[in-house]
Amino acid sequence: MNYEAVIGLEVHVQLKTRSKMFTRVATGFGAAPNTLVDPVILGLPGALPVLNRHAIEQSIKVGLIFESTIPEVCKWDRKNYWYPDSPKNYQITQYDQPICVGGSVEIELPGAARNIMGEHRYIQLTRAHLEEDVGKLTHGDNDSLVDYNRAGTPLLEIVTEPVLTSAEEAVAFLNSLRMHLTAAGISDCDMEKGQMRCDANVSLRPIGSSVLGTRTEMKNLNSISGVKNAIEYEIRRQSRILERGGQVVQETRRWDADSGMSTAMRGKEDAHDYRYFPDPDLLPVRIPPATLQRLRAELPEAVFEQQRRYQSQYDLPYTLTSVICYDHHLSKYFEAAVAEYPEGAKGIANYVANELQRERSAAVGEGMLPMEQVKILPAQLAQLVRIVDGGKITKQNAKEVLSTMFATGADPVGIIRELGFDQTTDSSELESICREAVDANPVAAEQFRAGQAKALNSFIGPVMKATKGKGNPAVIQEILRRILAGQ
Amino acid sequence: MEKSLYQLTALEMSGALTSGNISSERLVLDCLERIRTLDESVGAFLHVDEASILAQARASDQRRLQGATLSTLDGVPVALKDVIAVAGEPLTCASRILENYKSPYDAHVTKLLKAAGVVLCGRLNMDEFAMGSATENSAFKRTANPWNLKHSPGGSSGGSAAAVAAGMVPMSLGSDTGGSIRQPAAFCGVVGIKPSYGRVSRFGLAAYASSLDQIGPLARTVRDAAALLQIIAGADPKDSTCMRRDVPDYLAETMRDPGCLRIGLPAEFFAEGLDAEVRKSVLEAADFFAKQGHEIVDIQLPLTKLAVPVYYIIATAEATSNLARYDGIRYGHRSDIAVDAIDIYYKSRGEGFGEEVKRRIMLGNFVLSSGYYDAWYVRAQKVRTLLRAEYMNAFDKVDLILTPTTPGAALRQGEHREDPLQSYLEDVYTIPANLAGLPGISLPCGFVASGLPVGLQLLAAPFAEDRLLQVASQYERAHRFAGLRARIGGDEQ
Repeated sequence: MNYEAVIGLEVHVQLKTRSKMFTRVATGFGAAPNTLVDPVILGLPGALPVLNRHAIEQSIKVGLIFESTIPEVCKWDRKNYWYPDSPKNYQITQYDQPICVGGSVEIELPGAARNIMGEHRYIQLTRAHLEEDVGKLTHGDNDSLVDYNRAGTPLLEIVTEPVLTSAEEAVAFLNSLRMHLTAAGISDCDMEKGQMRCDANVSLRPIGSSVLGTRTEMKNLNSISGVKNAIEYEIRRQSRILERGGQVVQETRRWDADSGMSTAMRGKEDAHDYRYFPDPDLLPVRIPPATLQRLRAELPEAVFEQQRRYQSQYDLPYTLTSVICYDHHLSKYFEAAVAEYPEGAKGIANYVANELQRERSAAVGEGMLPMEQVKILPAQLAQLVRIVDGGKITKQNAKEVLSTMFATGADPVGIIRELGFDQTTDSSELESICREAVDANPVAAEQFRAGQAKALNSFIGPVMKATKGKGNPAVIQEILRRILAGQ
Repeated sequence: MEKSLYQLTALEMSGALTSGNISSERLVLDCLERIRTLDESVGAFLHVDEASILAQARASDQRRLQGATLSTLDGVPVALKDVIAVAGEPLTCASRILENYKSPYDAHVTKLLKAAGVVLCGRLNMDEFAMGSATENSAFKRTANPWNLKHSPGGSSGGSAAAVAAGMVPMSLGSDTGGSIRQPAAFCGVVGIKPSYGRVSRFGLAAYASSLDQIGPLARTVRDAAALLQIIAGADPKDSTCMRRDVPDYLAETMRDPGCLRIGLPAEFFAEGLDAEVRKSVLEAADFFAKQGHEIVDIQLPLTKLAVPVYYIIATAEATSNLARYDGIRYGHRSDIAVDAIDIYYKSRGEGFGEEVKRRIMLGNFVLSSGYYDAWYVRAQKVRTLLRAEYMNAFDKVDLILTPTTPGAALRQGEHREDPLQSYLEDVYTIPANLAGLPGISLPCGFVASGLPVGLQLLAAPFAEDRLLQVASQYERAHRFAGLRARIGGDEQ
């Protein structure tokens, strides 16, 4: 029998806020252990939680981006369980009245090739609820250490409906989530830093069946490749069981990226009874419509909408929009440059997606120089593109100008002058140089007149050499044609 | 005959300090002397740091010399129940599990007391984690009722009531989750106020049941209690359940004529189970109010009978979660014989918690467990909502509710332990105020034949503490119970 996979994801996203979810201690990654703590974080007797309004607003924005319903009231519950990473031995979370309900995330599946757009799908969300992160345990041979720096960081758990059908879709979902959330400044979504973490529920069913099979929950998926490999592994494991007539056991499984295998953590009978109940220390949160309006106005354009707009408004090809729109640093840069030189969108897009990327890559050993460190201002790039479009320097020379701009942050005009790239537009000087070139190569001149258009190129090289590259190729060609036509 | 210092009320002490007749140092030396002499038999205090207390008193005297006193109560001693955090001081909650724990921070009320220049004068005994009605669940000691040392002082704020009743300190703070200020106040013949829920910040109060807990004052007069409430009441951004509402001048309210009010006598509070002598005293108080021109109205609050079961479901559910943090991992008692993390939990908690705390943790876990949650916790919350509505409706018809604070006078020590369920039922008169978030005051209104005090309870609508104080003062001014202090040994009354 042929089976299809049904996958639901639970994605935990750390919100970018200055302070923690329920107290005014700073959030952060990499601080000395147990320095970002206070009585609330450590669960000392008498400590009480106080809501971080910014975390609420960030979560509402997530809902607005994905067109979730934001109920007027959401509330807080305690999830009770015992583990040393949880300082109070309960976690403050939202059980039955989450901040976001429903919504969907547009994803793009891989295309047939890199320069071809893939299929788009909408992945339905069940809900998103806000909670506090736990501490971090490090296990030694004889003891375990706990660091509560991470504890209390605002964490938004985004839950999808069981509607994904493959590891590729899961990866595409995470990529889309990351693009949207980073663009809106909601999270940095760095999986290596634990800012985005994913659990996957996987089940199989015969193709065409509408009944869900028994699912397993995959935990510890700490990277995009981990998500992909763990889901593929689980689909293979379950299909082998089903094909030999066995039954999948409902259980939680831990993915081990090193061995590329998952192992059972706990079965259904060991499932925790979390004894949820409303947290009496916190009042329900009322979200007035005016707040939604204000936050909606602060949102950036959705990634794929922007991509479609660039396509129609600027006639940009997918190869450019997929670079610019999928990285909000680039799209913000692009927008700023286009604002300076609206007619030059296409040229600017080319420079942003190609030359600038090349320079950023060359600037550092590995990866890219962060956009915040790029010295060229969007206005300066616009200026350069305007000069190129005006035919004042050659594209070849423009690349060199860009390199210098990248290194120094100086304006293009000065650099062009310094490098002597100002194109000679004095046509009388060009005319005499061209005449000399034609006179020096009568064979080619004869060939051109006989109808071989390519013969024209034989004159361009010497002319460019004589003008030290400053001649405008289009102008030169025009002059040459006129001379050869005997005018 | 001139009064000894310990016979003074807090406001009298304040007056003596203001007139320069005594120093704060002299006052607290007298308190410390009295604690040294009497507390062996009363057992109200868990911890007294004499050096710190004297230093605070001297600092207060310094301020006074410089004309920079911080409040009316600057230099007056106040003792705290050992459930309210003071930076650098023990915070044991009368539990082995916090035996060696010191709080690194001040509770909000502690900050306010310090800002008012009050001398923080020792830590008071209580039932472990405020769970109990006799201060017999303390892991460290029993507290005796100063009126009769063989009797219980009530609980859980038994140390707070006994210390005041014995004149060891003029005032104290307690906490009230189901009657833990008012019941010991009644048993010890002192005044105790449970403020409205949200009137006083809970930040720094080790939580028992978060939706019910309130910190409140105990004192020998209504006016003293009002003065202390004045200091601790008000909004605190660190407690989300603490309301942003203006704080009236409570001391001024005690002097204001309440006019003619309607005072309700709920039938359920005078039914079977009420001691005849207590009933007599309380009804005499009602007669007094009638003579003052108030209208006494018979009312009914039928849901009162469900208050005890609802309380023990909600309070234990919250407690089981609130007390989960005492796990031996970060602070507090850790078992010496634990072999791994889970074992640390089991053994540290097994060794660290007393019997009653364990009983309530088990109860709380039961009512929250899947399969039982709807039948117990959810239903209890629904009844709580109905009960609150019933009381709020009553306040449409009457301005105050007048009841006995307890069904009888103080029990003999040990009587509470015999039957926990019977003991729970004793709290029936005080619990509704916590479930409905109402302010309540208990004040002395007489004695039973055996010489033990009787407490009168007045309840008002949320945030009507001012009205409670007006009426309680009116009663106090006309009776000889004000400023009562138990006689111990060779004391003079």
